[in-house]
Amino acid sequence: MTEEKIYKVQICTGTLCHVMGGAELPALEDHLPEEIKSKVKVKGMVCANYCTETNLKPPFVLINGELMSEASIDKIIHYIQNCEKNDTFK
Amino acid sequence: MTHSNNATLTRRELLIQLCKLLKEDTIEEQIDRIPLNMRPKGNQSLRCCVHKDRAVLKYKIMALLGFNIDDETDELTSLQDYLHLAKERKTLTPKVMTVVDEACSSCQQGSYNVSNMCKGCEARPCAVNCPKDAVHFVKGQAEIDHDVCVNCGKCLQECPFHAIIYSPVPCEEACPVKAISKDEQGIEHIDYDKCIYCGKCMAACPYGAIMEKSHIIEIFQAWESKKEIIALVAPSIIAQFRQSVPKIYNAIKKMGFSDIIEVAEGAEMTIEHETEEWSERMHAGCQLMTTSCCHAYTELVKKHIPELEGKVSETPSPMVYAGKLAKERFPNAVTVFIGPCTAKRHEAFFVEDIDYTLSFEELGALLVANNIEVEEMNNEIDIKYANSDAQFFAQSGGVSRAIINKADESLKEEIINGIDKTSIRQLKQIAKGKTESNFIEVMSCEGGCLAGVNSLIKGKQAVTVFQKNQEEISS
Repeated sequence: MTEEKIYKVQICTGTLCHVMGGAELPALEDHLPEEIKSKVKVKGMVCANYCTETNLKPPFVLINGELMSEASIDKIIHYIQNCEKNDTFK
Repeated sequence: MTHSNNATLTRRELLIQLCKLLKEDTIEEQIDRIPLNMRPKGNQSLRCCVHKDRAVLKYKIMALLGFNIDDETDELTSLQDYLHLAKERKTLTPKVMTVVDEACSSCQQGSYNVSNMCKGCEARPCAVNCPKDAVHFVKGQAEIDHDVCVNCGKCLQECPFHAIIYSPVPCEEACPVKAISKDEQGIEHIDYDKCIYCGKCMAACPYGAIMEKSHIIEIFQAWESKKEIIALVAPSIIAQFRQSVPKIYNAIKKMGFSDIIEVAEGAEMTIEHETEEWSERMHAGCQLMTTSCCHAYTELVKKHIPELEGKVSETPSPMVYAGKLAKERFPNAVTVFIGPCTAKRHEAFFVEDIDYTLSFEELGALLVANNIEVEEMNNEIDIKYANSDAQFFAQSGGVSRAIINKADESLKEEIINGIDKTSIRQLKQIAKGKTESNFIEVMSCEGGCLAGVNSLIKGKQAVTVFQKNQEEISS
């Protein structure tokens, strides 16, 4: 048996991320395409100060530890689909 | 719109920048730099060039400072000058929205056009079915004569190749009462004799060209003067953050509000009086009564369905009652209504007990500027929450639910969930007596205040968060 791949999506719950579009990212679960639905786990994470410590823009999410800025539902889905297609799961 | 878009995010970013500078007290020196910082040289521009982008941002800031863009007399007036004017002004205006002409892209008049998918088929149902003979064929391709076309859309329905496309003007399309239209230059203007302040144009414009004029400057001035400031929070507040209600309220207090009054507490009084009023009207032989808490709806009746006027409840809205409570409890305090609604800002202008209004977006920006993480707030608060019926005013059907729980069984409700062209026709029928119901609830936003144009969490998610938080505070 091979170990099942799970994409852990952590959404920053800080106020800045929330106001700048992060508020609607938890809806990701309702938008996941069938083929990746069972492989994605969505969670919140306490603000890790990516907004002050990088020059990147909110909202921030971590996908299996990989940082994504200006995250949107579409962007997250694309990222995961690409990982699946190119077999670059981390 | 279920999801926020870049135009919304630009508005929020501007609000955050503005609030940060106000908070740091560096606004005098920095305000004219905001457009430059947000659109630095060398970056890709959204419009023709970076200069146009910056000009758009400048005028959006002018709106956030509370000005009508139309009122500009000298284009060289800097944002710093506007800041001074804002600080000196003594009165607000009931024109709560303004069109940023620089941002308005003068979308082409809504029209039907033939795309290059047209195959010039033999059937030509577009031409055959056109009631105005506006479709002709040139070099085997259909063409629409726009001088004759009446925009009926028959050609679009008939074309087997889906070759005909409709290009709308989003703001005009969203406006339920034809209150926004173009001038000779193609720039949109709001006709305040028709406008019901529902904010749908603002949410619809893909350029973010319609802006709400904020009261942020006035609120900061109140803070500086060390006056007591009371936050009157709309019931939909509990669906704005995925955090517990005590944390949300404590965050608002930490920001500088000395106390919180739930507008739902005012809703308790609205329920009481509106139920009584309904019973009295029924005893007096009236056929029906409609709600009055949604200000966009009462404006709609006043300006567009006068035949309904005598049927609208005269009971004041929850905000009015909450304002009264605030001034009774804190006679010298400044009162700020915090909500998701452009129409409430208009209503508040005429309510003596409400001094200023703050949208949920503005509240979010203020929290960011104050470095307040709602999550880190204390989970306990000394407050007596309003009852659930009152809290549910935030949702479409909520007012009915509350009144049903109080009134006798003869009450038959009908819920108009969202004001659009169709529901306006329906309301006109109701005015003629064509309904089985005797209690009509009307909400301008589909879904109720939870779907207000300024909400931070939208759609189904807002309903989920609302229910979770509502259960927590009522248990």
